[in-house]
Amino acid sequence: MDLVQQVREGNKVAIARLITKAENEAPEATAALRELYPDTGRAYLIGITGPPGSGKSTLTDKLVKEIRKRGKTVGVIAVDPSSPFTGGAILGDRIRMSDLSLDDGVFIRSMGTRGSLGGLSKATHDAIKILDAAGFDYVFIETVGVGQSEVDIVKTADTTVVVSVPGLGDDIQAIKAGIMEIGDLFVVNKADKDGAEKVVIELGQMLELNQNMGDWYPPIVKTIASTNEGIVGLVDKINEHLNYLANSGELIKRRKERISNEILNLILKRVTTKITGKLSEENFWENELDEILNKLKNPYDVTDRVVDEVLL
Amino acid sequence: MADKIRVLVAKPGLDGHDRGAKVIARAFRDAGFEVIYTGLRQTPEQIVAAAIQEDVDVVAMSLLSGAHGTLMPKVVKLLKEKGADDKLVIGGGVIPDDDIPALKEAGVAEVFTPGTPTSVPIEFIKTHVKK
Amino acid sequence: MYDKEKLAQINQGLTEYEKNWEKSKEKLAAKGKRAERKESFVTGSGFPVKQLYTPLDIADIDYTTEIGFPGQYPFTRGVQPNMYRGRFWTMRQYAGFSTAEESNARYKYLLEQGQTGLSVAFDLPTQIGYDSDHPMSEGEVGKVGVAIDSLADMEILFNGIPLDKVSTSMTINAPASVLLAFYIAVAEKQGVSPDKLTGTIQNDILKEYAARGTYIFPPTPSMRLITDIFEYCSQNVPGWNTISISGYHIREAGSTASQEVAFTLADGIAYVDAAIKAGLDVDTFAGRLSFFFNAHNDLLEEVAKFRAARRIWAKVMKERFGAKKERSMMLRFHTQTGGSTLTAQQPDNNIVRVAIQTLAAVMGGTQSLHTNSKDEALALPTEDSVRIALRTQQIVAYESGVAETVDPLAGSYYVEALTKRIEDEAWAYIKKIDELGGAVKAIEQGYIQKEIQDAAYEYQKEVESGKRVVVGMNKFQIKEAPPEGLLKVDPTVGDLQAKKIADMKAKRDGNAVQTALDELREAAKGDTNLMPVILKAAKVYCTEGEICGVLREVFGEYTPIQVL
Repeated sequence: MDLVQQVREGNKVAIARLITKAENEAPEATAALRELYPDTGRAYLIGITGPPGSGKSTLTDKLVKEIRKRGKTVGVIAVDPSSPFTGGAILGDRIRMSDLSLDDGVFIRSMGTRGSLGGLSKATHDAIKILDAAGFDYVFIETVGVGQSEVDIVKTADTTVVVSVPGLGDDIQAIKAGIMEIGDLFVVNKADKDGAEKVVIELGQMLELNQNMGDWYPPIVKTIASTNEGIVGLVDKINEHLNYLANSGELIKRRKERISNEILNLILKRVTTKITGKLSEENFWENELDEILNKLKNPYDVTDRVVDEVLL
Repeated sequence: MADKIRVLVAKPGLDGHDRGAKVIARAFRDAGFEVIYTGLRQTPEQIVAAAIQEDVDVVAMSLLSGAHGTLMPKVVKLLKEKGADDKLVIGGGVIPDDDIPALKEAGVAEVFTPGTPTSVPIEFIKTHVKK
Repeated sequence: MYDKEKLAQINQGLTEYEKNWEKSKEKLAAKGKRAERKESFVTGSGFPVKQLYTPLDIADIDYTTEIGFPGQYPFTRGVQPNMYRGRFWTMRQYAGFSTAEESNARYKYLLEQGQTGLSVAFDLPTQIGYDSDHPMSEGEVGKVGVAIDSLADMEILFNGIPLDKVSTSMTINAPASVLLAFYIAVAEKQGVSPDKLTGTIQNDILKEYAARGTYIFPPTPSMRLITDIFEYCSQNVPGWNTISISGYHIREAGSTASQEVAFTLADGIAYVDAAIKAGLDVDTFAGRLSFFFNAHNDLLEEVAKFRAARRIWAKVMKERFGAKKERSMMLRFHTQTGGSTLTAQQPDNNIVRVAIQTLAAVMGGTQSLHTNSKDEALALPTEDSVRIALRTQQIVAYESGVAETVDPLAGSYYVEALTKRIEDEAWAYIKKIDELGGAVKAIEQGYIQKEIQDAAYEYQKEVESGKRVVVGMNKFQIKEAPPEGLLKVDPTVGDLQAKKIADMKAKRDGNAVQTALDELREAAKGDTNLMPVILKAAKVYCTEGEICGVLREVFGEYTPIQVL
């Protein structure tokens, strides 16, 4: 049977294969995504980000279980960094979600960043769409909150949950000012540890300083994911945020922004591919580098020429 | 660029000795593979579900408890039932030579016993993954 | 240990020696010859080894405070004044497989062969608190040890073995209380009161989290179960070693010698802390703490390791915990030869490795020893190979002469310097773990696991690059026929055990079982000592799975942190 149709029906083997094709940038993937596009936009996308050791996987595991209790289905994409040297990666988030593997209403996929410089790759966006089209009610995107990914996650998710924990040294400094403006919910996990209250207070103070707040005042939720404490309340808050997004028109606004970002990225990627293709085709690096080095030409004229030739 | 090889490194059964599994996971990573590590005490059902969702090319199981004769064939069988039998299934650990023919018969592609350099399974995977 | 003048003389001699050696090296180099067979010399754990050790290397070590006399603080030279001149160490082969009936036969065989203590290996379902008929037990029943589901199995296991005459060590951790309760109950049926029992339970959950993997409950209730045992035994089973704090598995998981000492003693500190917090006086339980170490091939480093461990623990108990009794400061330990050092290739070579490791354990002053069998990298050991392993101990004991005097390697410049170096490194780790909030926290954060895994991966890379030679495996290989005559466990053991459980359940008093389990549940929710209620449940034939099931319900289960 046709892969696209199987994905629509929620066949896990098919979903998994299509994600692989998207990761490997196979041409069939683009075709399938084109076909699946009308089926997307129904899932509620939740980003979970936080520093290593903040207990994100355990938190995600418990959130998913709570949402399943409420009768909804969940897709999870766990993104971990790939080694910049070998391209290899160890993706270990499933360890914390072992018993979700057998739940029919849950699909978990681990992805390496594969050279997307710490940000979310195009493949991650494709995977989100595939899970969305497959009919999952919620899609969680879990990323390590370092580098570009935590900014990317906000552009990708409807609701962003920023996780912190006591005892990671410069507690709040670990959360950059940028993320303070974009987190929709703040979780202080491992709240039974010393220093949890201090993190809550510091987060609160930083939120107060934030001028760009709309009508939604980001709540700070304390959890102890390992014992499920605070999880029910956190799911309530997440849903509350969804309602806020829907009722305030913010959801449409965010999704429009996301689409325009995405299209821009697609265009850039296409253009980049075309230009690098052209450059290698005309053996550019070998032919012109010496001339530029010896000042017979300059980088600016060469840039103008290449861009004109490719784009015009 | 060649498609990235994805490997599930799994510890079926109750055996807690994960030195081998963790060393091989690191070696696979350093060989450029994407390794999905499942952690301890996985049932064959959990391993198969993970292998499907992660769409791995290889399911590598490490077992030192002597339960290989039961658990490894069961993983192969379940993969087949779920329509995911295109995956290369390999095993490692304290596995007597006598038991290996039966495991291969059951669909385990290769079995690596103690003292095997990590380069051997790495090469085996590179050669045998259906890409 | 030397006066200043003497040291100056030695120093002068050493300078001379080094100068001459440099010249010889230059001469060799001029002829295009290498003076040394490899670039660097390191111990089995990878620490640099100098060409020569002299009194200068141990000049700073004060004999009276750091080395001292055997049987005296800080016990560097051993815990008894005369060591093996009184009696040899306990030769204790870890054994157990299949059903209680078969293991019982093996124990009787070993006792006939001159073994002096029993050591029970349980199968994985027993170690993780599942009955043989539980779905998670599939394929595992009776494989790595004996399957014990209830008191009924325990009665068979020790049938005809008088428990007041034999000391029994049980490798059981998360459900240690349950198996100890079974043992006490069997003894009572034999007419042996608990105060006559001697033996050890491993009962060391921290290394399960860090290295061995057979945990059940989260750290907090696990530590409670452990301190409950300390308290219960101090009053009722005074001859029992309530814990065997184990470095063995930490080393097997790939740690270095110093890490083995450091992480084990850090775990020990955590148990003592927990017990003191639970209101126990340190001197009431510390004397029953015992340790369990590995013995690897680097003979002198291993001897140094055991000596360093004793010295550190004595200082910890005296200085940190203010122990008053000498016995509280003594590190008494069991040793097992290193399973991970054995090769599947040319398995006969393993006999030699085990012999070296036996020497290390004995010259390191062990209280008891298990020697691995040559075929353990291939399968469970056969009776023949177990006998050779036991004979290895007996040869060292009766023929080698190393047991005739106390701590025979003391005073070796190299061994004393190594002892000091391991001690220093271990202290540095213990300090780091203290900074992280202790061993429990360090494990929860994955620190200890990561250190061990890094060392394991490093070792593997060295073996594969040939930098580290393993004879028969990466050098001097031969073509070999597959080994024959390996032990196979009957695959129907699982079914057999399941049937035994069903029969036993049909015969027992169902109401008594229910009452006992309800009482256990209530007690677990509170904070009273759990040993009495577990013992009560054991006596009315509640299964291990039922007892652990109730505790799982109340305590929850541990999920490991991902460290790779």
